[in-house]
Amino acid sequence: MSEGLPPTMTEDLLRPLLRTSWRFYLLVAFLGSIVAMGLGTWAYQMYRGFGMTGINNPVYWAFYITNFVFWIGISHAGTLISAILRLVNAGWRRPVTRCAEVITAFALMIGAMFPIIHLGRPWLFFWLMPYPNQRMIWPNFRSPLVWDFFAISTYLSGSLLFLFLPMIPDFALIRDRSTGLRRKIYGLLALGWRGTTKQWHRLESAMQIMAIAIIPVAVSVHTIVSFDFSMAPVPMWHSTMFGPYFVAGAIFSGIAGLIIAMATLRKFLHLEAYLHPVHFQNLGKLLLMMSLLWGYFVFAERLTTWYGNDVAEMNVFYVTQRGSFAPLYWTMVVVNFVIPVIVLSLKKTRTIAGCVIASCGVCVGMWLERFLIVVPSLSHKFLPYSWGHYRPRPVELLITVSTFAAMALLYVLFAKFVPIIAIWELKAGEHPSPALSPVAAHEHALGETHA
Amino acid sequence: MSLYALYRDGHGAQRAVDALRAAGVPDSEITVISAVPMEHFEFGEMNKATRIWYVASGGGLIGFTFGTWLTRMTELAWPLPTGNMPIVAWWPNLIVIFELTMLGAIFATVITLMVAGQLLRRRPALYDPEVTTGEKILVGVEAPRDEKAVERALGDGVKRGGGE
Repeated sequence: MSEGLPPTMTEDLLRPLLRTSWRFYLLVAFLGSIVAMGLGTWAYQMYRGFGMTGINNPVYWAFYITNFVFWIGISHAGTLISAILRLVNAGWRRPVTRCAEVITAFALMIGAMFPIIHLGRPWLFFWLMPYPNQRMIWPNFRSPLVWDFFAISTYLSGSLLFLFLPMIPDFALIRDRSTGLRRKIYGLLALGWRGTTKQWHRLESAMQIMAIAIIPVAVSVHTIVSFDFSMAPVPMWHSTMFGPYFVAGAIFSGIAGLIIAMATLRKFLHLEAYLHPVHFQNLGKLLLMMSLLWGYFVFAERLTTWYGNDVAEMNVFYVTQRGSFAPLYWTMVVVNFVIPVIVLSLKKTRTIAGCVIASCGVCVGMWLERFLIVVPSLSHKFLPYSWGHYRPRPVELLITVSTFAAMALLYVLFAKFVPIIAIWELKAGEHPSPALSPVAAHEHALGETHA
Repeated sequence: MSLYALYRDGHGAQRAVDALRAAGVPDSEITVISAVPMEHFEFGEMNKATRIWYVASGGGLIGFTFGTWLTRMTELAWPLPTGNMPIVAWWPNLIVIFELTMLGAIFATVITLMVAGQLLRRRPALYDPEVTTGEKILVGVEAPRDEKAVERALGDGVKRGGGE
């Protein structure tokens, strides 16, 4: 075991699985009731019709599509970051990867729900799927919504497998330490894992391939989400930079989500011995870099629009800079750029609390960014007589709130049934493989277990 | 039936593996089981050769072929004139083809892991839960040809277990 790891590591990390306090039930009941409220609201919306929302002509996309883009963005926290850290063999990744990968799986599930919630008749969702049918109607592969279906399905499948594979040895550990029904369930999940040298080598190779495959898939997912907008001739949407702009924003909000999740787990599951300040500092540096990159993209987008001086685009430009959307726009700039740059640039403030404050701001700011991409452009299209307004209605607000509760609930349940930190990976960190540890990696190893 | 022994650390396991080799047991018949990968020991390098990369590439190729077929066949079977684009529109098709290529590679990798790693194996296999609960390293031989030689090589504390 690593020098900095306590001898009770396995017991510490398995404790949430083996003991359940009343607080857990209370939390699940609280979050579950919010989720139930959200589901009920959705059912009400289906029963009463889509007119219950604030969506109207010409603002056909609003809160739901904002949430869709936001959650797909948050999903970039996990698999992408974890895959990159695995490939560069960053030693400090070990306690972080699973926390991150779980976010991807659940955020994708929640995000993928929104196009369905947004459908007037969600039960016809399967029409998007390409399958031979009696109607002889096939999806149009030239529609960005069909690209979304393929991209999100691939990313979700890949991310679930990327999350599941390194869990197999931990399932075997729990299987061997438990009895009765729990042993049977974890035995099934362990798939007969024994830990032979052959299995370890195959698992390692599989994880490397998955990491290599999942990075371009993750990039493609948010690029394709950006295509939902940039393929349309709508002011300030029809831009070639939307792909990288969206990907950068997704990674930005993803890292922020990861920091918040890790800080919460550290506090409530008492994982102080495993999630060290250095992990937050390293993620804080990544967040700072992404904040600067986000600022660069916003500047490039705004400057190009302003310099082009196209009438339709300038209408959207001014309504966000000075008009009715200005308070949201400038709040976004402050929480996405000003606060993170100030807090995370200084070593003194790049603490766990500082990183969490910056991350909370970034999550709010990135949601606002998605909203400001969707609504002002749709409400100020080319011809002024077609301009309109949008105001969210209670159903949209309730469903939005319930998705945050759903994310928290799924995360809490996951942490209850699976070790949230990969136990075997943490133990393996003590003796990194010579083949995987080039000389240059020594520096990364410094952050591995230091308190 | 199999013979095995549990070792407290990698050094003891390495000595046992060396002794088994000296007793004429080939690497392919020696089983080493540990709770973590032991690549810092020589025995950890056993059974390293794998064709998983080729299989993953093959899976990607199958996904690519399927994606190409699916998009082209669909567009020809149900021709939809859209935005002055050709009926078989390769630019947007590339997106679907790319996703299915990667999905093919991912599925092929996971299936190879299951098969080559002998997961989901139904036959009883050599194993001892102390590997995970006691963090021991198991060295053993399934269905040894010369039981006495194997017992001598494994040293004290030899156990008999399941397996072929």
